[in-house]
Amino acid sequence: MSRGIMRGTLPWMQRPAIIYLVILTQAPVLLTLYYSTTNWNFLRPDRPARFVGLRNYLDFFLARDTGRIMLNTLVFSVAVVGLSLVLGMLLALLLSREFRGRGLARTLMITPFLIMPTVSAVMWKNMLFNPAFGLISSTLAALGGPRIDWINQHAMGSLIVIVTWEWTPFMMLILLSGLQSLQKEHLEAAQIDGAGPLATFRSIVLPHLGRYVEIGVLLETLFVLNIFGEIYTTTTGGPANYTTTLTFNIYLEAFKRWNVGRASAYAIFAVIFANVITLLFLRIIRRGRDGEAA
Amino acid sequence: MNRRRSLIVMLVFMAALLVPVITAAAQATTVTVAVVNNPDQRRLLELSDKFQADHPNIKLSFVMLPENELRDRVTTDITTKAGSFDIVQIGTYETPIFGKNGWLASIDDLAAQYPGSMQPNYNVDDLIKGIRLGLSYNGKLYAAPFYGESSMLFYNKKMFAAAGLKMPAEPTWDQVREFARKLHNPARKQYGIALRGLPGWGEVMAPLDTVINTFGGKWFDQDWQPQLTSPEFKEAVNFYVKLIQDYGVPGAANNGFSESLTMLAQGQAAMWIDATVAAGFLEDPKQSKVVGNVGFAMAPWAKVKKGYHWLWSWAYAIPTTSQHQDAALAFLTWCTSKDYIDLVGKTYGWATVPPGTRYSTYKNPAYIKAASAFADITLKSIQSADPTDATRDPVPYTGVQFVGIPEFQGFGTDVSKQISAAIAGTQSVDQALAASQDIVTKAMTDAGYLK
Amino acid sequence: MKHRGRIGGHVGGTLLSILTIVLALVMFFPILWMVLTSLKTEADAFTWPPPLFFHPTLEQYDVALGASGYFHYLLNTVVITGASTLAALLLGVPAAYRLAFYPTKRSGFTLGWVMSTRMLPAVGVIVPLYVIFKTLRWFDSYHGIILLYTAINLPLVIWMMRSFLQDIPYETIEAARIDGATLWQELMRVIVPMSVPGLVSTVLLCVIFTWNEFFISFNLTITRVPPLSVYIVGFKTSEGLFWAKMSAAATVSALPVMIAGWVSQRQIVRGLTAGAIK
Repeated sequence: MSRGIMRGTLPWMQRPAIIYLVILTQAPVLLTLYYSTTNWNFLRPDRPARFVGLRNYLDFFLARDTGRIMLNTLVFSVAVVGLSLVLGMLLALLLSREFRGRGLARTLMITPFLIMPTVSAVMWKNMLFNPAFGLISSTLAALGGPRIDWINQHAMGSLIVIVTWEWTPFMMLILLSGLQSLQKEHLEAAQIDGAGPLATFRSIVLPHLGRYVEIGVLLETLFVLNIFGEIYTTTTGGPANYTTTLTFNIYLEAFKRWNVGRASAYAIFAVIFANVITLLFLRIIRRGRDGEAA
Repeated sequence: MNRRRSLIVMLVFMAALLVPVITAAAQATTVTVAVVNNPDQRRLLELSDKFQADHPNIKLSFVMLPENELRDRVTTDITTKAGSFDIVQIGTYETPIFGKNGWLASIDDLAAQYPGSMQPNYNVDDLIKGIRLGLSYNGKLYAAPFYGESSMLFYNKKMFAAAGLKMPAEPTWDQVREFARKLHNPARKQYGIALRGLPGWGEVMAPLDTVINTFGGKWFDQDWQPQLTSPEFKEAVNFYVKLIQDYGVPGAANNGFSESLTMLAQGQAAMWIDATVAAGFLEDPKQSKVVGNVGFAMAPWAKVKKGYHWLWSWAYAIPTTSQHQDAALAFLTWCTSKDYIDLVGKTYGWATVPPGTRYSTYKNPAYIKAASAFADITLKSIQSADPTDATRDPVPYTGVQFVGIPEFQGFGTDVSKQISAAIAGTQSVDQALAASQDIVTKAMTDAGYLK
Repeated sequence: MKHRGRIGGHVGGTLLSILTIVLALVMFFPILWMVLTSLKTEADAFTWPPPLFFHPTLEQYDVALGASGYFHYLLNTVVITGASTLAALLLGVPAAYRLAFYPTKRSGFTLGWVMSTRMLPAVGVIVPLYVIFKTLRWFDSYHGIILLYTAINLPLVIWMMRSFLQDIPYETIEAARIDGATLWQELMRVIVPMSVPGLVSTVLLCVIFTWNEFFISFNLTITRVPPLSVYIVGFKTSEGLFWAKMSAAATVSALPVMIAGWVSQRQIVRGLTAGAIK
């Protein structure tokens, strides 16, 4: 095949992929938008869906539990991303040094991220958090402490622990890349200039890592907002609605209350949040790429 | 190049599509059954080998799940018409609703269509009337009962004797609370009473609804206005929650039927109010440490002698989407027949047979002998539980421990979560009921019952 | 050049190394505990204090893998993961090739848009997908799920492979062209061999994300097609104390991805950040 023919087929190399994605991702979102304007309920086939305009969106703002749900979502995502940022930074700093066993340490540390979320959840819930037989409660009891029912009495806390454990490696890997890309010369120059480790950290490492932190925080927030499996497996959004996030509530609305219309409206909110974060992310990428080109 | 590529892509997708075809072909004569993970169903699994031996051309595939998860899966399958199950385990709540929506095949119609698949001597008239009505819609039977139950009170005779207490035949809730107070001794791992607290409309709400009924409360008035903050409702819920918090099992918010059963069977709880079907289990030496030591009484009542024990039947139904309705009918009628009851009796002991479905069971001398302690109370409870007359005031709904409308699944579960949180102590009963009233009002407005 | 610890001297350095390893073990501990539990008998699994020296046994693996249809779920996972990864490669590699070597002014936009589809929350589309599946009778079917997972993997393939292809030094390609290679030879002798490691990493990353996916499988499958992630959820109630068996099932379910992840460690960041970070 000559390069001439090649030129002609170029656009067709990517079109199938693009078309495929458009059909499978954009079309459903449009449908969600459409459903959000109806009052469709699956469990009432005798009552056909009617157009109700923006009523479902209004319900979102007026519903009694929306405040609680949004608070849960905020607390959950801020806590997980924040904690994993701090821990991830700490671990990345430690791993940025060269020492024997570094490869092993790194391998061990990234494993929580690789474990299936439902496996993590089941493992933490049954083997660690269980008040009667779990490791944590048994250890505390052996030391004379109380047997706490972590999942029920500290539901959000337990959930945050589990998800932070899972996502810290993510942040750590990104920050580690950042640290490793830091020119050794800059660091050694700083040391020669007599700057102590804290000063070095503050004025050289941190600014360089800025971009990596931004990327890590944005991406992790995006993924953490959509977390479902861990919540379903441990608390199912309970007790009451104390660990119900927006994502989980959409699931409940759609598949427990079978209120498709309202679930779709809530889902549109979730999509809007995701798009805002994605746009921020893309802006950083473009800034970085322009920066590299310059 | 793009032509070749698209050809390859097409081949890949065709290959991917072939897989379900192959797997579907392999399952040509497999009947998929969705069951709840309860003791009677576990025995059914064990005995199903006998069915397969008698019917070599039918292969059974069981999907066994905890109750809440099973309801989810089955409801999804039925409403989406996915056709994953040939037989589903549902109860007196779902059957009339699903039957009305045309999602289930009527047993009567199937019996006429495939007479050869019916278990011989099936005798539909032998089914206990109340149960049979609960599983019908418009006069047609849509599910065959596997076991029928009401609720009653179980107590540990040794603990009562040691404390010099005597359980009356028809105790009141105040008496029960007194007993629990006297027998509650957590230091010696002896708890006054085991009661369900697990979220789920079929878990904590079942016993709680009976308490609400007998305190004179109701879910809705005749205009479908929710009554969750009415004085009777509040009094009932407060009573239930306080009873658990004062004299109940720790971690009750996690305990459903199975966990509470374990507490009594292990000799750690002095009393338990729950399904009559547990009696057989408690008298089974292989599973229970309190065989011969269990006392039985009617479920407690308070102010109104109505709706204080429930009516429920776990039954098997065939979705209209099933591709193997005649094979399914064969298994369904086999496991709900008198022959199956006889089989269980001979294999595991007569006290353990699935109760509450047939009059013949209660006339069987072997059963009467083995189950004498509880058979009478069970039958009496089942026959006196009336889903059409379970509350002090007239109401627009049927059901003793549930509200027989499709929306109940949704708001019933949400309310149960609020109550469960109150039991766990994370919120007060007043908060739980206020939130619940909101939830129900909103659901009923959405569904068009309220303007 | 040996990189001296930035903080402190030799002794401090050793202490830090030890601290790092200890922290790594702490992070890894729950997984280790799960694996250890899977090697115990049920009785041992519940003994307190946990026996330091117990008799390791593989009986739980026997039980877990034998009964309860575990293999059915494993097969489903393998089929779904394999087919969707393959399909994503078939659709995505040509696109990546084009974007890497023949980018146009719109390529930046295209790439950004592709990335954004990956970041679309699943909750945003689950309802229409549910309705569509219901209508087409695709519920609980292989083709339905595979089509969806392909759409999830596709962006990953595109941006990873584009990133890897861009890494191929232009001098090598130029040298081949100067030597008179035709397009076909250029592809076969230079580009394909040099992109194999990238291809492998991409495949591994697709496997990792598809294998662990839960939300879509959970809501769109019931009995015929659900993968391992759905199977494990069956263990969420503590009814029936069978933790050793649960640990065995969980370990086997998590193991392939763990190994895939360990092998492709270095490329995970690239895959996670859409090639923004290498």
